[in-house]
Amino acid sequence: MASGVKNDAPRALVLRAAGTNCDEETVHALELAGAIVTNVHVNVLSENPELLDDVGLLAIPGGFTFGDDVASGAVLAHILEQRLHDSLHAFVERGGLVIGICNGFQVLVRLGLLPGGENRGALLWNQSARFEDRWVHIQAGAAESPWFEPGEKYFIPVAHAEGRFEWFPEDAGATLDSAQVAFHYTDVSGEKASYPDDPNGSHKAVAGLISPDGNVLGMMPHPERFVRPEHHPTWMRIRPDGAVPSEEELPVPLGLSIFRRAVETLRQRSDQLVEERGTS
Amino acid sequence: MSVTYTVTVIHDRDPQPTPQTELREALGQIQPSATVSRPPESDPIYYLQVDPADADKIHSLADNFLAGSPACRAVVSSGLALPERSQDETSIIVQRKPGVTDPVSQSVLHAMGESGFDREQSQVRTGWRYRVAVDELSSENLVEVAGQLGNEIVDEWFTFGEGEPEMVPDPFRSFPSESTGRVEVSLLDANDEQLQSLSDTGGLSLDLVEMQTIQNHYRGLDRNPSEIELETIAQTWSEHCCHKTLTGRIRHGDHVYGNMLKETIFGVTRELDKPWCWSVFKDNAGVIGIDDEWGVSFKVETHNHPSALEPYGGAGTGIGGVIRDTLGTGLGARPILNTDVFCFAPLDTPNEDLPAGTLHPRRILRGVVSGVRDYGNRMGIPTANGAIHFHPDFVGNPLVFCGSVGLIRKEHVDKTVNPGDQIVAIGGRTGRDGIHGATFSSRELTEESEVVSSGAVQIGNPIEEKKVLDALMRIRDENLCRSVTDCGAGGFSSAVGEMGEETGADVYLEKAPLKYDGLGPTEVWISEAQERMVLAVDPVNMTRLREILLEEEVECAVLGEFRGDGMLRLHHHGELMGELDVKFLHDGRPDFERVSVIPMPKEELPIASADVDAEMILSTLLEDGNVASKEPVIRQYDHEVQGRMTFRPLAGADRDAPMDGCSLDPLRDGSHQVVVSCGLSIGIGSVDAYQMACHSVDEALRNCIASGGSLERAALLDNFAWGDVRNDEILGELVECSRGAADAALAYGTPFVSGKDSLHNTYRSGGVSRSIPSVLLVSAISITQGEPVAAGSDLKSSGSSLILIGPDGGIPGSLYQHRFGGSGGRPALFDAELGPRLLQSMSAWMRDRKFRAVHDLSEGGLAVAAAEMAFGGENTGVALQLPAATDPIHALFSEGPHRFLVEVSPEFEQAFLEEAQSAGIPAQVVGCSTDDHQMSVRVGEDLVLETSIGILKTHWKKTLEAAWPVE
Repeated sequence: MASGVKNDAPRALVLRAAGTNCDEETVHALELAGAIVTNVHVNVLSENPELLDDVGLLAIPGGFTFGDDVASGAVLAHILEQRLHDSLHAFVERGGLVIGICNGFQVLVRLGLLPGGENRGALLWNQSARFEDRWVHIQAGAAESPWFEPGEKYFIPVAHAEGRFEWFPEDAGATLDSAQVAFHYTDVSGEKASYPDDPNGSHKAVAGLISPDGNVLGMMPHPERFVRPEHHPTWMRIRPDGAVPSEEELPVPLGLSIFRRAVETLRQRSDQLVEERGTS
Repeated sequence: MSVTYTVTVIHDRDPQPTPQTELREALGQIQPSATVSRPPESDPIYYLQVDPADADKIHSLADNFLAGSPACRAVVSSGLALPERSQDETSIIVQRKPGVTDPVSQSVLHAMGESGFDREQSQVRTGWRYRVAVDELSSENLVEVAGQLGNEIVDEWFTFGEGEPEMVPDPFRSFPSESTGRVEVSLLDANDEQLQSLSDTGGLSLDLVEMQTIQNHYRGLDRNPSEIELETIAQTWSEHCCHKTLTGRIRHGDHVYGNMLKETIFGVTRELDKPWCWSVFKDNAGVIGIDDEWGVSFKVETHNHPSALEPYGGAGTGIGGVIRDTLGTGLGARPILNTDVFCFAPLDTPNEDLPAGTLHPRRILRGVVSGVRDYGNRMGIPTANGAIHFHPDFVGNPLVFCGSVGLIRKEHVDKTVNPGDQIVAIGGRTGRDGIHGATFSSRELTEESEVVSSGAVQIGNPIEEKKVLDALMRIRDENLCRSVTDCGAGGFSSAVGEMGEETGADVYLEKAPLKYDGLGPTEVWISEAQERMVLAVDPVNMTRLREILLEEEVECAVLGEFRGDGMLRLHHHGELMGELDVKFLHDGRPDFERVSVIPMPKEELPIASADVDAEMILSTLLEDGNVASKEPVIRQYDHEVQGRMTFRPLAGADRDAPMDGCSLDPLRDGSHQVVVSCGLSIGIGSVDAYQMACHSVDEALRNCIASGGSLERAALLDNFAWGDVRNDEILGELVECSRGAADAALAYGTPFVSGKDSLHNTYRSGGVSRSIPSVLLVSAISITQGEPVAAGSDLKSSGSSLILIGPDGGIPGSLYQHRFGGSGGRPALFDAELGPRLLQSMSAWMRDRKFRAVHDLSEGGLAVAAAEMAFGGENTGVALQLPAATDPIHALFSEGPHRFLVEVSPEFEQAFLEEAQSAGIPAQVVGCSTDDHQMSVRVGEDLVLETSIGILKTHWKKTLEAAWPVE
């Protein structure tokens, strides 16, 4: 447990499998945000699904689970579907917070846990046809959620080959409900982006999706890679003296703010629970 | 009994881009006239062999997993049958040869197990079908296109004309098997000619004196060696494993080196004796301390010959191999950074200039970058430092250097092997891939290499290695193993041989898990199959070790036991295949003396063209691959993963300007920075090998300081890539280069902590042997305390003063000289007195944040540095003002050590010049930054260059972009 984290702090679980590779920094980001975090292998969680009962937040981090063989996230999604289907759905239904980042987002979409999902959405090859690592501007959608302020703008890294969201509605004319768009790519001034500001050519420039209840978030960008000001790729251009800026001096919030808000939501929930119990 | 199904996935709503691009490129190259009537299609194929009882699960697996997305659909056929294609489509089917590792089929098997298939009864093979509707493509050309899509070494392919039904040979057919009994080699009575022929035909790469030494050893034992014994000796004595040239006796002019490396490069490390050097030149990587608790390891390797034959697999397993060096350092370091440096022939090399049997440099570049990308990204390790150099003489023998930095606690740096420890192999299975890599790398490439050495190329599976990494970190933290090393060149023979160097061991070769049946014991022993590590484990820890490995899905096998009797015994199903005295194996190699010639200075051939058009020269240099933007490569590497990066290879207003190195926060708490950079001065090597080494050390350290590092705690790595060292002149250059590296490192007080050499980089074609240009890659790593202090090379504002720090440069060895037809001469000289003083002052100024921007001057000199600094600004320009009567060509394009261009605020200019003067450091104002997005150069009143930064940047960007066209 990180020092300074209280025993009654919200608990989170980071799920890893063969080929997960952003688990350490996701654990680190959640700890910085004030959570008590356990990093669990999918083989351990399958044997002990009750581990989900003790946590308020589940993170599926980035990586190349099982080499993205067959399709990105396909094998891990298949394993979760076969072994943990009921536990996962129960967790989501009781309001547990779920975040899937990059490969985790791909897994959530394949599991059908996100809108536009339900077997109608897919994360496909970038239009550029290659893996690309770059920092991008994104803006949060209008939905209320435990993860972000509606309309908040972020500057954040993406690093993926298969991040182009497409959806294939049964009714070909249907449009994706904009309330389900958690984030979309923009240019530097917040306007509609074209490549490379929009790194993959997603439908509606989707960078992330959110469930109607707001508790399940999937996103291609990596908030866990921007948890200190000097992670900003051009921090030396921010202050006139070229020194590392403080968090307040950054023109955009740290990626950490997404985790902080989620952990704060869990904290308020447990306070509420204590109050309710106290009054009953 | 089992039944076979073929599942073909049709991506009709989501074309698969990579195979398409490959197909179109191949078509364009082979039959440019071909007209494609619609975009080609590519279909993944899964051949499944299952228990008949599981047949009812096939459709669900196909729809929900193999397709599993609304963007595509699965077609299931029984037997080896593919869905019909349109009448106007020709097709190409590419699939892995039997026996070649195929990670995808492993993953499909895994998913089948989850779905309730009987895994033991199931087998999977995979392939791709390409369909293309093309007019008038001859069947010969179709075969040639297929050859571009597959690689002979690992793939087999089949082509089918319009309307021709697709039939493929059974992908499940078995691989021919090797004999398994003990094989004796008749050595005792062989004459010299026979000895040499034994070495040559056996691929042993041993010379006559070595063969005679072995013969004498066995005469003493009064028996012939077995094949496996001879192979073990060849692996252990290979240049790759024991560096016999660099550590051997060399008569160099009047001086005789007993051990050249020890007396030059190691000597400096010993002399400097830094307390923070925790492990140098003994383990798989050098280790230096960050603080009292944590340290970093650093190792750079080459993987040249495999990358020449199969660029993707060769480079991928190159990076995979050096990552395993990190895992095998101490009790296991955690990889936190990759570096990569490549040398190729120019990308515009005409096809007719390619020697027979070589791939075009553009194809090699793309393959190598994809290989490093897919391995590094999938392992989750940022690749954030490197360089790419182009020279025509790399056409037959490209160079691929891969580096790995690891994080390790001090308590995990040392390792031991005790008699009685179990020899535990973990990770991937052993196959026929990569046989004879160690001896192959010590040989000349020829046009037949592709055929002869097909076994020498490995196919990597980064996810297997990631699992090994995850497991190994837990094993280390629970203190379950006493020693660990990687299976690299030489496979088990080197790994077990090295670990048992003092103790001896019994190895039972039948215990090694195999990828497929039919491997002989010798093949098992020397196979270089990837992703394997060997551990020495106290038997009491085996139960817990197995638990962890099971959870992490990593296979393990106990191969045998370390002994205390100094004998290495190799068994196979109860038969003793070989018995070797480890003392002979490791110390029995004959000493031999080589003679080298001190190189003569090369006379300067001046540049013929007197047309002094500075703008044309600058554009040419910016377009040259050596200077051109590497962004199309860098972007494909994940340099953010692990969330540690604090200074990146690209920054500036548009995050596309070149930085001099990178830095990261190793402990994720802001307390320290690890700065990594490199130096490569191949051009200088064309005129002076000694100076090349000095310049490389200097450049690596200048890049390091410019990226926020400091000399206080900086260490170096040497990587030699040399031509035919049997040539006494080329060997002489090697000696001079080692001397130069040692002298420069001593001057800077920066020890070498690890290194590697790759010799015999030659290419034989049409009866002529060509050596590569001599290359010394110097990598630098520095630890600093506190926040990062890099300023970046990008201009921050207009109206700043631009100050050139350091001495004058020279034209000999410069890129300008190379591109404009000159040669020879004496390069600008390294100054052992000025250098350290200058870098220490720079480092202090950086810490005090005196500079708005800092860039080192390297290839292309002042003009290129100034342009690159402007590329990073926000519509900024540069106006250079040189004193009247200056030779603008010399001032703008000369190259040399100790030079920086810095941006300082105009208010600080005067004070800075005074500080520099009092420190005895040459510094002069050479111009200012502007807000007009132009670059101009004036000599006195005369305008010698004026152009827009936008145009220059386009020149600078287009060369490598052309290798990855975005459609």
